[in-house]
Amino acid sequence: MQAIANWFQQLYESTGLNFSVFYDAYDWDRYLGGLKMTLLLSVTTILLSLMIGAVGALLQGSPSMLLRLPINAFVVVFRNTPPLVQLFFFYFGLGTMLPAVEAAGMRVPLLSNVQWAIISLSLFAAAFNVEIFRSGIEAVPRTTIEAAEALGYTRLKAYIHIVLPLAVRVCLPALNNNLVNLLKTTTLAYAIAVPETLYAVKQIWSESQNVLEMMVVLLATYGILVGVLVWLMHRWEQAMRIPGYAR
Amino acid sequence: MRRRQKVFGALEVLKGISLSVRKGEVICIIGPSGSGKSTLIRCINALQPISSGSIQIEGIEVSDPRLDKLALRRKVGMVFQQYNLFPHKTALQNVMMAPIHVLGQKRPEVEARARALLAKVRLAGKEDTYPGELSGGQQQRVAIARSLAMRPDIMLFDEVTAALDPETVKEVLVTIRELAEDGMTCLLVTHEMNFAREVADHVYFTDRGVIVEHGPPETLFTAATDERTQRFLSQVL
Repeated sequence: MQAIANWFQQLYESTGLNFSVFYDAYDWDRYLGGLKMTLLLSVTTILLSLMIGAVGALLQGSPSMLLRLPINAFVVVFRNTPPLVQLFFFYFGLGTMLPAVEAAGMRVPLLSNVQWAIISLSLFAAAFNVEIFRSGIEAVPRTTIEAAEALGYTRLKAYIHIVLPLAVRVCLPALNNNLVNLLKTTTLAYAIAVPETLYAVKQIWSESQNVLEMMVVLLATYGILVGVLVWLMHRWEQAMRIPGYAR
Repeated sequence: MRRRQKVFGALEVLKGISLSVRKGEVICIIGPSGSGKSTLIRCINALQPISSGSIQIEGIEVSDPRLDKLALRRKVGMVFQQYNLFPHKTALQNVMMAPIHVLGQKRPEVEARARALLAKVRLAGKEDTYPGELSGGQQQRVAIARSLAMRPDIMLFDEVTAALDPETVKEVLVTIRELAEDGMTCLLVTHEMNFAREVADHVYFTDRGVIVEHGPPETLFTAATDERTQRFLSQVL
């Protein structure tokens, strides 16, 4: 570790390229903190958006108008408006309307900016996931569902055990795309001062005057994060491959 | 006591059909395409609603709007033309799923039964194979085992050999015949006339939504009285 720090210190002294995060412990900690926050945002929003998407797609296929209508409205609203505006709406709009609570002798908002970011981004991505899951569900043959019905499966049980597992396999490539987008969209949380990677790096470059170098670090960070996500999704896709099941 | 299962119906596809099946009987329904054969047996397990009339299966009224579909479908198993296995599950899992998910039975007990059923349909050794890796005839036999795992009282077969290669038709028919010999009540929609003749206790000939003629196979196949039945049989036999 020390060798790496020394190398970057030397690089700075000889060329003026200042990758302060790699030799300055204070900058490194801030960067690491940002990275952790980005990971927290990504993992929670991915999981939440998948859950909301799956439930939404189930309700969207329901015979009841009362269930379908709210889901369709949700999809339209969250798909047709910019995610940054949604974030502002939640944090500045709804956030200020909620009552404050007492915590450690201070009055703090009921939901923190991190929580609002998670809620907002999850809903944004979920709207797309609903549509993605729907495309997968529609690809499941009607006759397969009929076979489940004939065996006594209820709509919900057939959805959980048969329709969803098959639908996910069909829509994985599209899901992959949306989750990659979601990971990158977590940078929007910057706008409500969530200390994620972009926010942390911005702070570093403001103080150390190394915009270009930190930009490179930032881009490389997201490039690697998305690479890992894509690799994981690919592994998942492979694990779910059904022998002899040609589409 | 002899339980009586009645099927009455008056539908748009089916215009006033009346037939009854006794426990342990094997009934074959034959007739030209579009005559409502499949519709008829799909009505029996409520896959298709009936607009008027009445279907009773061991005291369950299928046309009742508050019909307990689960109770009905526990009694009535169904096998489809296109097998409709769950492609993401192995043969064994396909057979085990419904008893565990629907009936909440214990896994070890269900697994033992499922293995026995697969052996019964001559698929021992194929337990861990996925449907996509099996031939049509093998898939159809898994589908039969899957249906039997629910321990139904009646089995419906909807043209189960129509999608099969000629050489695999026989293995499926052998399985069904064994079932019939075991005393299972069976309703078959079929184009296999020789098979119908051999296993059926009673054969119904349908055309354009009505039962034109019915009777024991030896009578229907050799001494049909209705002109439409005669014409159909002369074309297929």
